Order: sequence, then C-alpha cells, then structure tokens
Amino acid sequence: MTNNQTIAKNTPASEQFLTFELAGEMYGVEILKVQEIRGWEPIRKIPKTPGYIKGALNLRGAIVPILDLRERFDIATVDYSPTTVVIVINVATASGQMVMGVVADAVSDVLDIRHDDIKKAPDLGTNIDTRYMRGMYVAKQGMIMLLDADKLLNPDELDQIGHLL
Amino acid sequence: MSIDMAQFHQIFFEESFEGLDIMESGLLNLDMGDVDAETINTIFRAAHSIKGGSGTFGFSAVADFTHAMETLLDEMRDGRRKVTQPAVNVLLGSVDCLREMLTAIQDEKILDEAKVTEHKKALDTELNGGDNTALPSVQPTQPIAFENENAGWRIAFSPHTDLLKTGNDPVRMFRELAELGQIDITVDLQGVPGLYELDPEECHLSWQITVHGDIPRSEVDDIFDWVEEHCDLAVQDIKQTTQASSPVFDEPPQTAAIETTPPSSATNPPIVSESGQSEKINADKTPSAGKSSASIRVDTAKIDTLINMVGELVITQSMLSLIGEHFDLNKLDQLKNGLAQLERHTRELQESVMNIRMLPISFVFSRFPRLVHDLSSKLGKKIELQLIGEHTEVDKTVVELISDPLVHLVRNSLDHGIETPDERIAAGKQETGTVTLEAYHRGGNIVIEVSDDGRGLDKDKLRAKALEKGLIQDDAVLSDKQTFELIFMPGFSTAEQLTDVSGRGVGMDVVKRNIQSLGGNIDIVSQLGTGSTMAIYLPLTLAILDGQSVAVGDETYIIPLGSIIESINVTERMINRVAGKGETFRLRQEYLPIIRMHEIFSVPNAKATKLTEGLLVVVEGQGIRCGLFVDDLLTQQQVVVKSLEANYRHVEGISGATILGDGSVALILDIPGLVRLSNH
Repeated sequence: MTNNQTIAKNTPASEQFLTFELAGEMYGVEILKVQEIRGWEPIRKIPKTPGYIKGALNLRGAIVPILDLRERFDIATVDYSPTTVVIVINVATASGQMVMGVVADAVSDVLDIRHDDIKKAPDLGTNIDTRYMRGMYVAKQGMIMLLDADKLLNPDELDQIGHLL
Repeated sequence: MSIDMAQFHQIFFEESFEGLDIMESGLLNLDMGDVDAETINTIFRAAHSIKGGSGTFGFSAVADFTHAMETLLDEMRDGRRKVTQPAVNVLLGSVDCLREMLTAIQDEKILDEAKVTEHKKALDTELNGGDNTALPSVQPTQPIAFENENAGWRIAFSPHTDLLKTGNDPVRMFRELAELGQIDITVDLQGVPGLYELDPEECHLSWQITVHGDIPRSEVDDIFDWVEEHCDLAVQDIKQTTQASSPVFDEPPQTAAIETTPPSSATNPPIVSESGQSEKINADKTPSAGKSSASIRVDTAKIDTLINMVGELVITQSMLSLIGEHFDLNKLDQLKNGLAQLERHTRELQESVMNIRMLPISFVFSRFPRLVHDLSSKLGKKIELQLIGEHTEVDKTVVELISDPLVHLVRNSLDHGIETPDERIAAGKQETGTVTLEAYHRGGNIVIEVSDDGRGLDKDKLRAKALEKGLIQDDAVLSDKQTFELIFMPGFSTAEQLTDVSGRGVGMDVVKRNIQSLGGNIDIVSQLGTGSTMAIYLPLTLAILDGQSVAVGDETYIIPLGSIIESINVTERMINRVAGKGETFRLRQEYLPIIRMHEIFSVPNAKATKLTEGLLVVVEGQGIRCGLFVDDLLTQQQVVVKSLEANYRHVEGISGATILGDGSVALILDIPGLVRLSNH
C-alpha cells in the first residue's frame, strides 16, 4: 500500500483520511474524527433500535453505541471475522460531542488528500442520498468515498437517512 | 503581580451569591421591635466581604454600591440608626440589584444602569434621610467638579480605629499622595464619638481623596500598601466612576453630623413608596432563579471520612497482594476474608463519595421566606411559612432541578390555596394562613411536601373545568385521586383569572414533567375547606441505584429495585387472556397485564416462552402495576447509572445503562416507558 499520497507532506490545504473497506468498496473518514480502532467484540444489544445499531459497548466506562455500516448502507451482511474492526469516531452534534463506533470490514490506510483533489459526489439520482458524503477521491486502488461523519452519525438524522448507495 | 485574577472570578461570584443569600435571609429575619445585633453583624459581614472582593477584582461599580449598603448597615449595627421596615425593604431591593449586577458581570452582559442608579438613589435617600433632616437641600447627588476633566484616582480611605497604633500616620500618606498630583480631600467626621467617649489614640476619621493626573495605579497602591489591613480602601479610576452609576462619594460630606445620637426622625425616613418597591423586587427576582453552580462546597468532615476510607482500602489492598505473593491453599480463608473486607471498604467508599454530592435541602428552602414575604404582601394575604426538615440531604443534581417546580407549587399554594384574611375569618379559620414545606427521607426516596391550610381543591370545579376544556369525557368516572390529577394535564389552570403570580396555564403539567424526569412522582391529597398537600417523591440520588438483574435469553437487564413489588411463579390458573391476546394474571384480587420481555424487546433464544416456565416480576411505575415476564432472576446489586443519551439518544423502555462486574453493558429498564411500549 505505498503510494505517493501517503508520503506527501501534510499542508493546510490537505487533510488526512482513514480509509476502510466495506464489501470491497473503499471509504474514508477524517482522521481527526477517529478516536481509536478496536477489534470486534460481542456487545450488548439495545432493543427498539434499528437493526444497524448493533448494540452498546463499554468503552472505559462510557456507553458507546455501535453501528454497522454494511447494514446502514444496505449492503449484504457478513459474519464478523478477525479483521472486522470497530472505528470509534467523535461526532459533533448540536448538543456537544458524542462517541460512536462503526463496524467496518477492515481498515486499510491513512491518506493525505488535498482539498483540491476531493471531487464533488456525483448526482446519483433521486433515490440515492449523497448528503452524507463529503466527496470522492480517486486513488491508485480506485475510488474512495469520503464520508461526513458528523452528518452520517448524527443520532437525530440516523433514522431519516435513506439508502446511501 | 502578574497573577491572572480571572481564575478567581468564579470563586468570587459563588461566594458573593452566597453572601447575598445570607444577607437576604438575615434581612427577612430581622424583627423590627427587637433587633438582634448578631443578625445585623452577619448581614454586615456578608456585605463587607462582597465589597472587599469586588474591590479586589476591579468591579468598582459593585464595590461602590455595596459600600453604600455597608454604610447603612454599619450605622444600624452601631445603633446610630434604627432598623425600620422601609430601610429593610430598601436593603432587600439593593440585594436584588446587587445580585443582578453580579450576574451581569458574570455573564458578561450589559448592566441595566438605570435600575442600579434607581436603587442607589433609594439607598442614598435612606442614608441621608435617616441621618440629618437639616440637610435635605444637598440631598441630590452632587457631581464632583472635575469629573470628566482628566485622569486620576478616587480613593475612599476609612482607617480602622487602630490605625494610629500601628505607627501609620494618614497625614504622611496624604503628603505622599500630594506629590503624585493635585489632590482634593474631604474628611468624614461621622464616626467621631462624643468627647467623653473619645480615645485620642484612636482614629475615627475617614477620607475621600481625589488625586488628579495621569498616575499609574501601582503608585497609589504603594502608598496604601502598609495600611491595607488596617483600613477599608477603595481606589477607583475617575473615568470609570463617571460611567458607573452615582458613586458613593457623591454623598454630601456630612461634616455637621458630629452628634452622637441620631435625631428621632430616623425612624421615619422619607423613602420611595413601599408598594412600588416590593413590586420591583418581584420583577427583578425572576432572572436570577435557576442558576446552577458547577462547584460544590463540602463539609471537611466528609472529606476526612473519605480519606480514612481510602487509607483502609490501601491497607486491604496491600494485605491482599501479600497473600497473593506466596499463595497456597492454606491461605484460602485469609483470601476470602480479604476479599470480603475489600468489598466492604469499596461499598463504604462509594457511599462516602456519594455523600459528598449530598446537600441539605435548605439550599432550596432558603429562598422561600423571601418569596412568601413578597408574595403575601402583594396578594394582600397573611401567610406564615413553616420549614421542616431543612437538613435533609439530597443529591446536588436533585437540589438544582427541584427548585423551580417547588417555587411553582408554593406560588400556587399562596395564590390559589390560602384565602384572603376576610375569607378565612368567615370560614372560622385563623386570619393567618400557614404554608408548610417539609422534607424527609422515606425508604430510598426523599419526600418534599408543600401543604397549606387553605381552601383545598374543589373536585366539582375541577371536573367541570376539565369537561369545559374537553380534557375528559362527560361520562368519565374519576376517583378522587384521578380528579386531583387533572390539574397536571396540559392546558388546565384552576385560576379563574390569570394573575401574574400563577395561573399562566403552563404550570402544573410542566411541574409534573420535571419531577418525572428526575425519576420522581407527585401526589396530591386535598380536603375541601381545610387545605391541600402536594407530596413530591424523589430518588435520593440519580447516579446510583439498587437494581435487580434479570435474564432474558442471552441478555441481562436491570430492574430498579424500588419499582419491584414481588416476583412470582404463575400457574396456568392465574392467567387470563383477553380476546386471545392481552394477557393478564390475577394477583390476589387484582388483574395485572403481563409484559413479555423477550417479545417486547425481540430477544432471541429466550429460555422461557411459556408463562409457567419463567418468572413474573411484579413492578409498579407511576401508579401502574404490571408483571414483567423474564427467564430468571440473577443478582441484586448497586449499579452506577450511565446515560445512553450521552452518546446516542433516548430509547423507549430504557432509562440508562450500566456496566456489570465482567465489564459488559447492561440496560436499565424504565418501567413507565415499558408500559407505554406495551400499550402500542
């Protein structure tokens, strides 16, 4: 996984993104939003919540909800494997900071991406919602979809999100 | 001297607000006929510390204002001025004003200068009016001639009587001051006693000095450096004082007031009309309510206990590690003992830590004497307030959140409950009505009762009103309790006319909701003609609860122990099915609905699917009883309540989460929420 982007110097006009894999596709979130990456471990289910909320985790005394991005994006679910990870993300909401975990198939890389290189998410038609995407980036491995964590994981909006892909 | 003073501001504000509370309660307790010197002293000391503090932090407007109050209080303290109701009212108004000034500074908001000036005037009038009626013509504040001219300092210098004995000579200091720039000095002879009491070695004079010129503050401070502890000193920028509302120096110099006894006119000073003043008080009061302080004052004894506990814990820990180092089976008993000790210490430690969060309910109660005092005169009623159980301790969060609902209830009692004196006499009651606030512990709850001996709730009227508003059906059959609870319905207000005291129609439902959000409940008992009692039940603390963990499939849930009535095994004979669906069971003479936990929360792999196989936990929440069907009971334990909302949002049927001994998460059930869920 070496490409010139990772070596590129971090200038103010660029940002670092953590990229991860989900059903063969690549996604990215701003690395400054990421608090930590953990292996998957069984967690407590929360009843009366949408299926993509897998449950709650005890993160050093805080109760952190865990969300499965595959289910969130309506991708066929798979059994969790040893590479399955939970990316713990700090979400800024109107009421302050929240911590949430998202389940991804695997983390892959940290990329320096220049703001100029972020392309607007294409209009994918009315039945696909692109509000929760910051944009796209074309890397050597292929296209990376950059997610806006604050919008994607805002609990008030979670329920309203349509199909992203 | 580059200390950042801002870091102490918060402490200053907290202390000042506390001081204001002390002043307020002291003023309310003053008995006109028989004045307790200690009470006045207490009020004076509070004012004095606020003045000192605000001077230190450069809040000169506050310092000035307090200085005027202090002067008035000082005269009362020395017996040079009689304590009169108008004077006390002016002081109460000033306390409110001061509170607003401090709040404004704290929130960095613009101060309502006009209001401050008005209060200041009232104070000045009181000061001058009480002092010497021969000086009425000089009473309006006289601006000092050079005010806007140039830079300079104003210094209010009132040495303590022992200044001369410390080897300091004011004259020398004035000479030094004169070297800095042109000075104007006014001497205040007010404090000088009669010739026979005069001790020539004591200093009874005080001075108001104005130094003109562009002089650094430090140079002025240097001169007074040595005497700081032996005098009351306030140094102010002239420019600031001209902006600040009429400063204290504007009092006419009272060189004529050397006489030792005040003229008899002191008892009847001409001040602003009393009624106008009390209305002002009310209007001013509202914004200051509902403050919550981020820090907490703790009794040293509590801290000591805590330190002892930690000490014990450390000893136990070292004992255990010693056992662990060379462990063999012979030491098993020792290990068990050690672990038992560890458990005991941990629990005690937890209790002591929780104890630190506990505050006496008097923090809330203390605001009510003032409220009752103001409101009763406004409503033209005679009301006595009784406070019982003020030392009952409650969690800090509860204290902060309960005060607004309580204010509302007390206002309601005063406004709607207690009758006017005429009505009371006609009803054969004592002219003075009584409102009682009582707090006590019962079980794991704290109970706060607001009761009055007023007219009580009229069931017929309530019913008619509810019908009129369309809140109930014509043929609704309501028990007494249900009828009383109508007042908690949104949009229901018993006041026939809206007053500004209560009866905006938004009240009681909000009160009930607030109390419920604290995990509490409110109950009404009322007898027409003899009065009503509102009892608020609140959990002692919101941070820890006694829970019963239950198993449902692979899941573990916590049921608050307080809401569990009993757990039973049901037999087929006890179960009834309504229309094949709604399941109920008979418990003694009652039929209670069954909520199957594994169904309502869609838990797979439930061990018990037949009602006779599992257990029914009979629970009660907000007056509704039901049976929760679970697989099994696990342990009883104290759990630390963690919020689910902190990182997610509210989930119906769940009040929070906790972490079990093995580190896993368990959810705490919200019984009323579950009942709501099962009804859908």
